[in-house]
Amino acid sequence: MADFELKPNEKLDVREILKDLDKYEPRRRGWVWRKPAPGLKMGPFEFKDCTEPLKNSVGLPPAKYFENIDPQPMPVITTEIASGRFEDDIRRMRMAAWHGADHIMVIRHMGQSHIDGLMEGTPQGIGGIPVTRKQVRAQRKALDIIEDEVGRPINYHSYVSGVAGPDVAVMFAEEGINGAHQDPQYNVLYRDINCVRSFVDACESKKVLAWADILQIDGAHNANATAREAWKVMPELIVQHAINSLFSEKVGIKPENIALSTVPPTATPAPCVYYDLPYAVALRDFLRRYKMRAQQNTKYICSSVREATVTHVMNMLISKLTRADIQSTITPDEGRNVPWHIYNMEAVDNAKQALIAMDGLMDLVELKMDGPLGEMARDIKERAVLFMEEIVEVGGYFQAVQEGFFVDSAKYPERNGDGIARQIEGGVGYGYIFEREEDYMAPVTAHYGYNNVEQYGGDPENPSALIGGCTFEDRSKIVFIDELEEEDTVATRLENVKKYLDGEAIKPEMEWCGDGVVLMTMMIPAEPRTAEAVALEIGRKLGLENPEVNSKEVMQEAEGTRIEMKGKVTFDVDPSTLEIPPAPHHLDDATLYKEFEEHPMVVVCGTVGEDEHSVGLREIINIKHGGIEKWGIKVNYLGTSVPVEKLVDAAIELNATAILASTIISHDNIHYKNMKRINDLAVEKGIRDKVIIAAGGTQVIPDDAVKTGIDAGFGRDSHGIDVATFLAEEAMRRRGDL
Amino acid sequence: MKRADDFEQRRAHIANLTDEELYDRFWELTAQVVDPLLELGKKNTTPSVERAVLLRMGVSSLDTQKIVEGCMDRGLMGHGTGHVVYKVSKEKGISIREASEKLAQGEYWDDAVALFKKEVK
Repeated sequence: MADFELKPNEKLDVREILKDLDKYEPRRRGWVWRKPAPGLKMGPFEFKDCTEPLKNSVGLPPAKYFENIDPQPMPVITTEIASGRFEDDIRRMRMAAWHGADHIMVIRHMGQSHIDGLMEGTPQGIGGIPVTRKQVRAQRKALDIIEDEVGRPINYHSYVSGVAGPDVAVMFAEEGINGAHQDPQYNVLYRDINCVRSFVDACESKKVLAWADILQIDGAHNANATAREAWKVMPELIVQHAINSLFSEKVGIKPENIALSTVPPTATPAPCVYYDLPYAVALRDFLRRYKMRAQQNTKYICSSVREATVTHVMNMLISKLTRADIQSTITPDEGRNVPWHIYNMEAVDNAKQALIAMDGLMDLVELKMDGPLGEMARDIKERAVLFMEEIVEVGGYFQAVQEGFFVDSAKYPERNGDGIARQIEGGVGYGYIFEREEDYMAPVTAHYGYNNVEQYGGDPENPSALIGGCTFEDRSKIVFIDELEEEDTVATRLENVKKYLDGEAIKPEMEWCGDGVVLMTMMIPAEPRTAEAVALEIGRKLGLENPEVNSKEVMQEAEGTRIEMKGKVTFDVDPSTLEIPPAPHHLDDATLYKEFEEHPMVVVCGTVGEDEHSVGLREIINIKHGGIEKWGIKVNYLGTSVPVEKLVDAAIELNATAILASTIISHDNIHYKNMKRINDLAVEKGIRDKVIIAAGGTQVIPDDAVKTGIDAGFGRDSHGIDVATFLAEEAMRRRGDL
Repeated sequence: MKRADDFEQRRAHIANLTDEELYDRFWELTAQVVDPLLELGKKNTTPSVERAVLLRMGVSSLDTQKIVEGCMDRGLMGHGTGHVVYKVSKEKGISIREASEKLAQGEYWDDAVALFKKEVK
């Protein structure tokens, strides 16, 4: 029902999304899985565990060598986007969808879980966004349009927790949200919401989620993030997952919509797979009825995005060796700041890359259950059983919470006495639990528990018939509230960045339109404290506003420190004042065939210097790779590590019309020095006016190459057609035909 | 509570269970833990449960908490806040939305209290 279509080369204008929001209706309810495509053939390969490809996407960087294929792995891929300004998040969602995310999770504004009731309007958030009906509706509407563009349904997700859980669940059901976190244990342990209240509320929330076919994710992984030594809470994690899962199922959520948020408990330099794999096996055995949403370990995340990426990849090995129905991604900058655009893309690409790399792996290997793996998994499961036994023994869940059973840092049954204890009669919302009387009645759909509609002749199967249907049957009853405030609104924020939205000015952007944030990487040859001070001084001298070092890594304590520094660019760039070189043009096949037939072109070529690289040049010349031979150019390939003198001598001997030099190594500018020597030698030997000289390589900047005196340079991503077009046009120019 | 590791003694009675028996035992115990929690939800209500009922009845989110507070102040929560709005709308011959708006503005509360008192008699 999207009322407009996106064009891949045009920006998504959030102002368009916000128009007529009051009339928007979500196009579907419920969660959508990817469609498996067993034996999928893409390019030269057959994939075992992939799903239907996208209509539009951004592939992995090396895709250009593989016919630009972009295979999509089996698990749904999650990315979390919540910068505080939902309008800027919408553009990030589009980018993420193109990279392969189909589960977009929105983190809530700090403090929202303690607000009684729904928030409305579009205020700016901290640590997330205020989740409101207007914001949800705008983002779901945008995702409808984005999913049409990429050609795959996108699941939209947020949180049903806090003291307004049921309110939020109802709003999500009405607005077509597809996934939600819901776990009363989270409220109890981490939000100190009264435990009885949490479970009564959860019954209602889950009943609503069930009606809306929303996939639920639990919150057990937080025990992992909170416990002092995370790898010791594995038995408890299984207990927490089980309590929420069975509780949800008994309220009415179907098992395939119940997902566990599971995290490999430890990270390197621990031998983490040895700990994490038995746990993953044990968990997937006991919780086999439910879905697995695999999340990256974040407990030990630091500011190194490289380290975070490797942890992520190792965690995905566990996913692949066991099972992950949803592969969640944590942005590698999570240890530094609220995630930036580019790191959402990195995280999604990391997941896609790792999972595609391991496509079909389980056809090749199997887990060796007969040995330590099976023994360790059994050990964890027995401990989980004993943990559950003891909960029953002490009198049930609330008693166990009161006695500090949960998030104790010792490996059960050992206890360190440092668990999180919550009083049955205490916490937020305590005292607000009311027993239903005999005439208790709620004339609505998906209401949990006792509901006496019969007193008015109502049907217990359809309580809302008493009022002619509730909002779940009749959307016109929903009250859409636009804004409650004057200033703190999306309209004001968009007005403030109008020039950027309209393309009149451009500024770099990491989170918010016009934020101006840039990141610089440098190696400062000094110890860390000095290096940081030096970096900040560099930032100030470069004119960056608020320069701040966000990562330091020691290279060697005296020799140097790797620094990553962020700061804000204070000026705009007006794109209309820029001279943008025209995109390279190509002559068509017919023109090229005719040119080289009528004016034969003989080329001598080779990789110059002490350099054994040959792939790049072969791509340029070889007919099989669309190289210049195709159009009738005669190519004399001299090989690798060719001295420049030999190249020029061969040109004389073969009466060549062109010299092509490939030069990969750029150390000490050797590539440009070699170009200059070829030119100088050709002049010296009197053939410069007879030969066209060109050079190429991944580090070659065309303009700099021409400055050495040669005729053309070809950088990264050049192809045979670029070189053939140049040779033809240069020959024409020299003849006076162009 | 502090406790030394007593896993070996504790596990004695489950050590010989097969994996499937262990699985069944785990879920039987889990059911024993969650069943009382489900009962609590059936028998009780809370301000947020009631706000969620009101929302589904088409009440504005700006009014739900006011109605819930009105009900709490007058001991009407046990009847259901949606019930209160429903009865007031019937009594006054107005729509659910209108009744909710009036209640949120502080009107009709004496009628609401009276309507439910009648029932008790």
